[in-house]
Order: sequence, then C-alpha cells, then structure tokens
Amino acid sequence: MAQASSNRPLSPHLQIWRWGPAMLVSILHRVTGNGLAFAGLGLLLWWIGSIAGGEASYQTFIAYVWTGTTSRLAEVTSILGKVVLIGLTWAFFQHLATGLRHLVLDIGAGYELNANARWSILTLVFSVCATALFWAFVLMPR
Amino acid sequence: MGNGTSIGRVRGLGSSHHGTHHWLATRLTGVGNLVLIPYLVISLALLTSYDYASVHAWLAQPVPATAMVLILLNTVYHARLGVQVMLEDYVHGEGGRIATWLLINIVPAAATVFGIVCVVRIALGGA
Repeated sequence: MAQASSNRPLSPHLQIWRWGPAMLVSILHRVTGNGLAFAGLGLLLWWIGSIAGGEASYQTFIAYVWTGTTSRLAEVTSILGKVVLIGLTWAFFQHLATGLRHLVLDIGAGYELNANARWSILTLVFSVCATALFWAFVLMPR
Repeated sequence: MGNGTSIGRVRGLGSSHHGTHHWLATRLTGVGNLVLIPYLVISLALLTSYDYASVHAWLAQPVPATAMVLILLNTVYHARLGVQVMLEDYVHGEGGRIATWLLINIVPAAATVFGIVCVVRIALGGA
C-alpha cells in the first residue's frame, strides 16, 4: 500500500457512517482495553512496586495518586490520580461488558438488529451504574 | 503476492497462521481476567484500611499473592494481545512494524517479571 506520497483520495468513514450503538461500544472496547493496558497496568505495577519498596514508597504512591498531602506536585497529581482511578474503573466495567458481549457474539448469537443495539446500549448503562455503585461502596464510611 | 510467489514467501508476506491462536488466547486470558480481576477489586474494596500495614499484610497472604502473580501473567498477556491488535491496525511502515514488534514483546515481559519479583518479595517476607 502506498504511504505518504500518494495523492489518491481517502474514503471518508467518520464523516459518512451514521453512528450506531454497536459502532460506539466496539471502539470503546478498544479504547478502554488500551487505556487499561497502559494506565491500568502501569498503576498496578506502581502500586505493587510501592508496597514491595516499603512504607515510604507506599506513602509516596498514595500521596501522588490520592491524598496529595506531601507536596505541591502531589496536590496536582492527586487530582489527576482520582480522575484516572475513577476513569479506569469505568473503563474496566465497560471493557468487561463489551468483552462478555463479544463472547456471546462468538457463538453466533445477538446479531439481530434490535437485540444487537439493545445489548450495546446495556453495556454502557451497566458500566456507568457499576462504576457509581463501586465508588459509593468504597467511599462510604464503614 | 502473499505466500503464492517466491518473493512473497522470502519477504514473509501472506498469512502468519498465528491468528487463530491469538484469537483463542485472547478469549482464554479474558476468562482468566473474569475470575481474577473481580477477586482483586472486591478484595481491595473489602479492606477496612488502606494504610501500608493492612495492604502489605493482605498481599503477603498465599491466596492474594498467588492471584496477583496470576494477574501479572494472565492480564499482562491479555493486554499485550489487545495492544498488538491495535498497533497492527494503526502503525504502518517497516520501521513502525519493527518498533511495535520490539515494544510488544519487551515491555510486557519486563513488566511481568518486575511485578512477580515484587509480589514474591512481599509474600516471602523480604519486603
């Protein structure tokens, strides 16, 4: 396939195709998956490494990601950290739901137009609700 | 061209014959994640405190430590497969393919080993 030097017209895709639920959740599956792969696993490794590194390294992790108490930089990064953590939870639930949907589609079920659109939308509903419930549970005093 | 011509075969064009395995491995590791990640998330949600002592004590126990090692093997491999598919779609050119190939093999391997070393240290009482 010719690369930079080609002046052939490109076929439009985003400006032409009407967005449907299945299109949206399909690209969300890719976006959430890669977001989880880079940000999620990165955070997980930092967390594990900080525990293995001892009390001080763990406190550094907690300060930068959540509490923001140790320095001005930590105050800033902890805001980002909260956003990232909540975003990653949503990404996980969304990726989980569309992943399960993939398994159903793999056996050949769920391709009828109405069912397909309905279950696509349900993955979005599930992920938002599950994220809200999860954080309500974690943040409530117990 | 593909693998129908001599030059195609020499250049390694055409089917890699690895697609089916990639597809199956994605499903297998996905099922693994279905068990492991909810376990991790629920265990963390049920912890009463997130200070160092509590988290360290939890991770040092045999089942959580085993789950964490399994997550590092299973989830990192699942992530690697998914990232590979994305990069295959969006990265073009020979240089990009070589860079992708290096990244997609080296980074997950290094991450997995680092994570396992950390968990083993915690579980065996060395950290």
